[in-house]
Order: sequence, then structure tokens, then C-alpha cells
Amino acid sequence: MIALLLRDLRLAVRAGGGFGLGLAFFLIVVTLVPFGVGPQGEILARIAPGILWLGALLACLLSLDRIFALDFEDGSLDLLVTAPIPLEGVVSIKALAHWITTGLPLVVAAPVFGILLHLAPEAQIWMIVALLLGTPALSVLGTFGAALTVGLKRGGLLLSLLVLPFYVPTLIFGAELVRRGAEGMNTQVPLLMLAGITAATIALVPFASAAAIRVNLR
Amino acid sequence: MTMLSVEGLAVSRGGLPVLENIGFTLEAGHALVLRGPNGIGKTTLLRTLAGLQPALAGTVSMPPESMAYAAHSDGLKSTLTVRENMTFWASVYATHDIEPALDRMNLRNLDHRAAHSLSAGQKRRLGLARLLVTGRPIWVLDEPTVSLDTASVALFAEAVRGHLSTGGAALIATHIDLGLEEARVLDLAPFKAKPPEEGGMQGAFDEAFL
Repeated sequence: MIALLLRDLRLAVRAGGGFGLGLAFFLIVVTLVPFGVGPQGEILARIAPGILWLGALLACLLSLDRIFALDFEDGSLDLLVTAPIPLEGVVSIKALAHWITTGLPLVVAAPVFGILLHLAPEAQIWMIVALLLGTPALSVLGTFGAALTVGLKRGGLLLSLLVLPFYVPTLIFGAELVRRGAEGMNTQVPLLMLAGITAATIALVPFASAAAIRVNLR
Repeated sequence: MTMLSVEGLAVSRGGLPVLENIGFTLEAGHALVLRGPNGIGKTTLLRTLAGLQPALAGTVSMPPESMAYAAHSDGLKSTLTVRENMTFWASVYATHDIEPALDRMNLRNLDHRAAHSLSAGQKRRLGLARLLVTGRPIWVLDEPTVSLDTASVALFAEAVRGHLSTGGAALIATHIDLGLEEARVLDLAPFKAKPPEEGGMQGAFDEAFL
């Protein structure tokens, strides 16, 4: 399993691996929004949590279809399914590799991008906490969409449509957590909801994804 | 010793039964070559045996964790080197020693090349070298000699022989002569499934939607 994680990370940083794709997309969104909305700091500060979360979500979505599609195309998915690792484990590891290459860079970069959007200083720490807690759920849920569309050519659009509704709770509670943090309100409820959603998806979704892959490989 | 025994097996592709009533046994130290025209269901049969799809009927019995499957495509990562590809599969199967496999498939002097810079035949050799590091006794091979030249086919036949001599078994679907005279041949044409309207088996109804 460690070998699979290392392989996926190594593939991501090699040529054409797509490492940094999500981060670059995140940067583009965050730098373009002030041009579109206008330079008023107070407006930007108000919409910053939502924009940052939307950016993170779309950046994550951008790389989802690669999770299984590449392995399907070169035949290694067949071999992984017949290998002595449980498919649920393969799915979890792939979600982890996706999070490390997509979610984690966003968490690290969020404070910098927050400055670009006039995010209140007291909200910065909450932004990091929210992304750290929320983005793993995005990657794990993404494996389910990727598993459902694995055999399809150009399955990206279908995948987005399938996965986006599942992203809504994370988006709501993630943005709410940052907003409350910025206004100095009690953050316990969104924090617990966000953590709960992530914990539940990590526990349950790999089984659904593995089942979807088995059906798709028939 | 019987490694693999198949009884009354029926397999389907895309919801349609393609083969039925297949029965054979494979003993340790023996190879079985599957033959039959295109579309008869060789790949479907092998995928069913490998557990990638459910059988329509019949039983397959073999020791658990004993099968290594090699498909049409080699499952190589083109940006990884030969050595990295091999090391990955070796650690998945917890065998870790890739040197004998590199030597056996004559990949020693290619081991630092990225897989995308290999020729089709060299890729195939790398894909077959993967079997050597699985440490599994039953090899299930789908067209293993595609894009191999005669020297490499001989190399491959030698590797299969070596595997058989250490108590392994091999099930090989192929169209060409592998130079494995001792292998039994099973022609799949007599097992072709009757269409449902002539009283043949019905495929699962929902299969077409999966």
C-alpha cells in the first residue's frame, strides 16, 4: 500500500503528472476575482471565504478524473484489482495521494491567497483549519465519481455533475466556519459538522468506490 | 497436484453468454494453451478466472491468492523507469527481489530507461517480467507474445518452462505457436454458447446496464 502511495506521488511529480495543476487553478481564480468584483476591500473580505472554498473545490474537481482513468487506460487497474491488496485499500490510498497532490498544497497556500482577497487576519487560521478538515472529504468523494465514470471517454463532465452535489455540505460548513471565525462568533458547530462529514466519507465512501470499480471492470 | 479446476463454467460478455460448459483441470508443472477464433471468449474466460467478472454458472476452484493475471495491456507507467515499474509490483506482491526477473527477460541493460522510451516488444517483456516477481504459482496470460520477436518468444517460452519446472502452472490464450510442445491445447470452439432463442442460457438482465 505504501508502494502504491509512493508510486502515485512519483507519477504526479513526473512530467505530465498534473501536480500543481490544482494550485495554479486556485491562484488564477483568486487573482481574477478582485478584477471582476472591484478593489473594495470590505466586499472582498466578505466574499473571501466563499471564493477560497469555491476555488479549492473546483481545483479539486479539475484533477479528479485522473485518479483512476490513467490506470484504467494502461491496464494497471486490472492488475491492481487482481493484486493482493484490497480494492478498498487501493481506493483509500489513491484518495490520499490525490489529497497530498491537490488538497494539501491548497491548505498551505491558502494564507497567501487569503491576503490577495483581503481575508481578515483573524480568519486566516480558520481558513487553514477549514481546508485541512474539509479537503480530504473532497478527494475521497471524488474517488467515487471517478470510479463511476472510469470506463467512459471524456467522463469529466458527468463526473463533475455526479460529484458536485456531494460537495455542497463540505462547502457550506467550510465557508461558514471561516465566516464565523472572521466575525469572532462561536465556531464549534460548523467545525464539528465539517470534521464529521470528512470522517464519515473517509469511513464509508471507499467501499462504494471499490464496488463501482468492480462493476465497471466487468 | 491439481492447481486449478473448472467445472461447467459459463461466461458472458456484455450480458450475452459466450462460452458454456467449460471444464478442465490444470496440474502443477503443466501448461494449458487456449485456442479459438477471435471473439470466441478467450479474454472473457481469463478475466472470469482472474476474478474480474462474475461467472454466469459453474465453479472455479484454486488455492487462494495463487493467480497472477497478465492482460493485453502491460499496466506499465510510462514515466517510471523499468526498475521503478518492477519494484512497484514486487512490493505489491511482497517479493522485493527483482534482479532475477530483469535477467530472465533480458531487461538488465534497459533498467534505467523510462517505460515510454521502450519499444513495443521491450514493454511486453517488462510486462511479462512482472509475472516473475509476483511469486504466484498459476499464471493466467492473455496473448502474451503480442509484439514479441522470435528471440523474445523463445525467451518467454523459457521463462514459462522455468516456472513450470518449479511447480507452477500456466494458462495461456494465444494464436501463435509458443514453442511449448509439452503444453496441452484446449480448443474453445466446441464450448461456444448457444444463443438464448435456441434454448441457451440467458445472461443476467441488468448486465447490459452495468
